[in-house]
Amino acid sequence: MSKMNMVQAINSAMDIMLEKDPSVIIMGQDAGYFGGVFRCTEGLQKKYGESRVIDAPIAEGGIIGTAIGIGLNGLRPVAEIQFADYIYPGLDQVVSELARIRYRSGGEFFSPVTIRTPCGGGIRGGQTHSQSPEALFTHINGIKTVMPSTPYDAKGLLISAIESNDPIVFFEPKRIYNGPFDGDPNKPSVGWGSHPGGEVPDEYYSIPIGEASLVEEGDDLTIITYGTMVHVSQAAVRKAGVSADIIDVRSLAPLDLATLTKSVEKTGRCLIAHEASRFCGYGAELVATVQEACFWHLQAPIERVTGWDTPYPHAFEWEYFPGQDRVVAGINKVMEPK
Amino acid sequence: MSKQSRLNIPHPSARPGEEPDFSYLALSDAGAVKKPALDASVNDIENLTHELVRVLDDNGKACGEWNPDLDEGQLLEALRLMVLTRQLDERMLLMQRQGKVSFYIQSLGEEAVSIGQGMVFGPKDMMFPSYRNQGLFIQRGTRIVDLMSQCLSNTNDMCKGRQMPIMYHNKQANIFSISGNLATQYPHAVGWAMASAIKGEENIASSWLGDGSTAEADFHYALTFAAVYQAPVILNVVNNQWAISSFQGLAGGERGGFAARGLGFGIPSIRVDGNDLLAVYAVTDWATKRARAGGGPTLIEHVTYRGGPHSTSDDPTRYRPKNEWAAFPLGDPLKRFKQHLIAQGYWSEEKHAELEKEMKAEVISAWKEAITYGSMTDGPQLDVNEMFDDVYEELPDHLIRQREQLAALKESSS
Repeated sequence: MSKMNMVQAINSAMDIMLEKDPSVIIMGQDAGYFGGVFRCTEGLQKKYGESRVIDAPIAEGGIIGTAIGIGLNGLRPVAEIQFADYIYPGLDQVVSELARIRYRSGGEFFSPVTIRTPCGGGIRGGQTHSQSPEALFTHINGIKTVMPSTPYDAKGLLISAIESNDPIVFFEPKRIYNGPFDGDPNKPSVGWGSHPGGEVPDEYYSIPIGEASLVEEGDDLTIITYGTMVHVSQAAVRKAGVSADIIDVRSLAPLDLATLTKSVEKTGRCLIAHEASRFCGYGAELVATVQEACFWHLQAPIERVTGWDTPYPHAFEWEYFPGQDRVVAGINKVMEPK
Repeated sequence: MSKQSRLNIPHPSARPGEEPDFSYLALSDAGAVKKPALDASVNDIENLTHELVRVLDDNGKACGEWNPDLDEGQLLEALRLMVLTRQLDERMLLMQRQGKVSFYIQSLGEEAVSIGQGMVFGPKDMMFPSYRNQGLFIQRGTRIVDLMSQCLSNTNDMCKGRQMPIMYHNKQANIFSISGNLATQYPHAVGWAMASAIKGEENIASSWLGDGSTAEADFHYALTFAAVYQAPVILNVVNNQWAISSFQGLAGGERGGFAARGLGFGIPSIRVDGNDLLAVYAVTDWATKRARAGGGPTLIEHVTYRGGPHSTSDDPTRYRPKNEWAAFPLGDPLKRFKQHLIAQGYWSEEKHAELEKEMKAEVISAWKEAITYGSMTDGPQLDVNEMFDDVYEELPDHLIRQREQLAALKESSS
C-alpha cells in the first residue's frame, strides 16, 4: 500500500498491465519519451520500449483509428488523448467504428481499445482545456464510459478497462489529479496524502465497471455525482448541515441503477451534480431514469446543479464551475418541500 | 492566370448529352514503365506516381518488366472469378429491381482490382475493404450464398441482420467488416499492420477506398501513421472517376493525381491501369514483397471506371454521359483479360460463353439456397431478441430490460 495521487495511480495501473500482459500497448501524443503532459505515462517507455509505449502524431482521429486496427490484430491498445477537448477529430472513429464493430459483425470482430483522456475545468484552461464531454459518449451504444474520483478507483477501474473486451472511454478529472479539490479555489490545495482514496495498493487489483460507489451515507437526501464534483458535494453537505447519501456513479455507462434507486427510495430526495453544462447533460438522463424508477418515493422535484450552458470561460472559471455554494443552494431547494 | 483571386468550381469533362472526353487521363504504353528494385528509394521512383503501369496492350499481349508471368491455371482462375463476380452483380441488381433486396452495389468495371490483388495476398494477411470489393470476398473463398444471405438479412446473414446489403465481412478469410462511413477502414489497416510489425509477424494489411474518399481526414491520418511507423500496409485508391455524382476533380484530382499524394508522405506510390489484371497483380506483388521485407507502406492508385451507378439508388445518366464507359481508354477489365487469354491460346469465345453460363447457373443456384434461409418477406426470420446482443461482450442490465419490454409489447400485440 502506498500514498498515490491520481497520476501515480493511473501510471501504476498501466505499468502493471504492461508487465502482466505483453499485448498491452500505450500510444498518445507526448506519451512516450516525455511521459505525457500530465505525467501519466512517465517512465513507461523507458521500461517497456518504444514499440509498446508509442509516441503518436498529433492526430486524434489517427490515434483512435489506428488503435482500433491494433486492437483488431490481437493487441490491447490504451490510447491517450491529451485533453478531452481534443477528442472530437476522433469522434467518428469512436461512434461509427469502435462502438459498433462487435455489433455490425454479428459478434465476430471486436477491438478492446481503452481511450484515456483528462477532462474538466479548474485549471485555468479556458474553453479548449476544460470541457466535460462525457454525455457525448454515454449516448453512444457499444462503448462504456468511466470517470473515477479517487486514485484508488482510478487504478482499479483503469485495470478493468484495459482488461475489458469492450471499448472504454476513461475520463480523468484533471483538477483532482493531485488532490481532492473541494470546489474552493481560494483555499490552499491539499494532496491525496490525507484522503482514504489516496491509499493505493502497489499490486494488481481491479474494480468492476458498472458499479457505483456509496461514498458516504446519510438520511436527508441522495446526491448523485461523479468526478471532481464528488468532493465538492461532500464539502457542500457539511456546509449545508445535512446528512446525505453521496453516490459516485464512477461508471457512467452502463449505469448502476440499483444503487441509485435503493438510496433515493430511502431518502426521498435527490440532487444531481456535475460540472458539464446542463441541457442534455448526463444529469438529464439521471433525472429521467431516477424519477422513472423512484417517482412514488420522491418528496421533492429532483434538482440539478451543473455548469452553465456556455463554453467554459477563462476569466469566469469559478463563476462557471458549480462550486459549494451552488450545491448548497441545490440542497436547500431539494430539502424545502416538507 | 487571372488577374484577381477567384473561386474555381471544377467541372467534369462531359455532362449528359455531351461527348465523353478522357483527354485529362495521362496514359503510358503497355510495357513502357520500368519496374524498380524492391528496395528502390521513394525519390527514385517518383515517376511511378504520374506514369501508368500497364502490362496488357491493345491486342491483349502482355508486355514489359511488370509482366507477372502467371501460369495458365492462375490466369484461368482469375478469369473465372471475374466472370463469377460480374454474374453475381448482374443477378443481385435484378433482385433489387424486383424488390427482393433493398439495395445493392455493383463492382462492374472494377473486377480486376479485387481479383488481381486478392491473388497476391496470403490467407493470414488482413483485408480492410470498401463496399465495391466483392471480388475480394469471392477470391478469398466467401460462398456466394453467404454474400446473398447478407443482402437478404436472413438467418444465414453473418451480420445477423444488422447491416444494410453489401456490408459483408468474413472473419475466417481475414476480411474486416465493411463500414458505411467512408475511409474509416484506412487507419484500421495501418493500425493492424503496425501491430503485425510490433509482434514481429510478416503478415501485412491492405485497404481500399475511392477517389472521392481521399478527401476524408482518415485518408491523411492513415498515410501519416503508415509513413511514420513504416507500417507493412498496401493502401489502395480505386480511382473510378466518380463518387456518386462527384467527379474525381472534386476530390482534387484535376490538380494533382491521387498516387502523387503518397509522395508528400514519403510513401512509394504507383499509378496502375486498374483495368489490367496483370498490371494490378504485378504492382501489388511488388508492394507486398517490399512490405514483408520491411520496406513499409505503398500507395496504389488504380485507374479504372465505375461501369454502373454508384448504387441502386442513383441514376448516372443524370450526371454523366450515357456512353462514357464505352469511351474510357482503359476499356473493360474482363474483356481485356479474356482477349489476353485468347491471344495466349488458352481460351476461346466458345469456352467463355460456356463459363458465363456455368457461373450464371452457380449464382442462380446460390440464390435459391439463400432464400431458403429467409427473404425480406418469407421463410425463416431472425430472432428479434438477438437485436440486443453484441452491443457489448455481455448483455448489460439496461439491455436486458429493453429486451423484456420489446418481448412484452410483442406478447400483448399478438
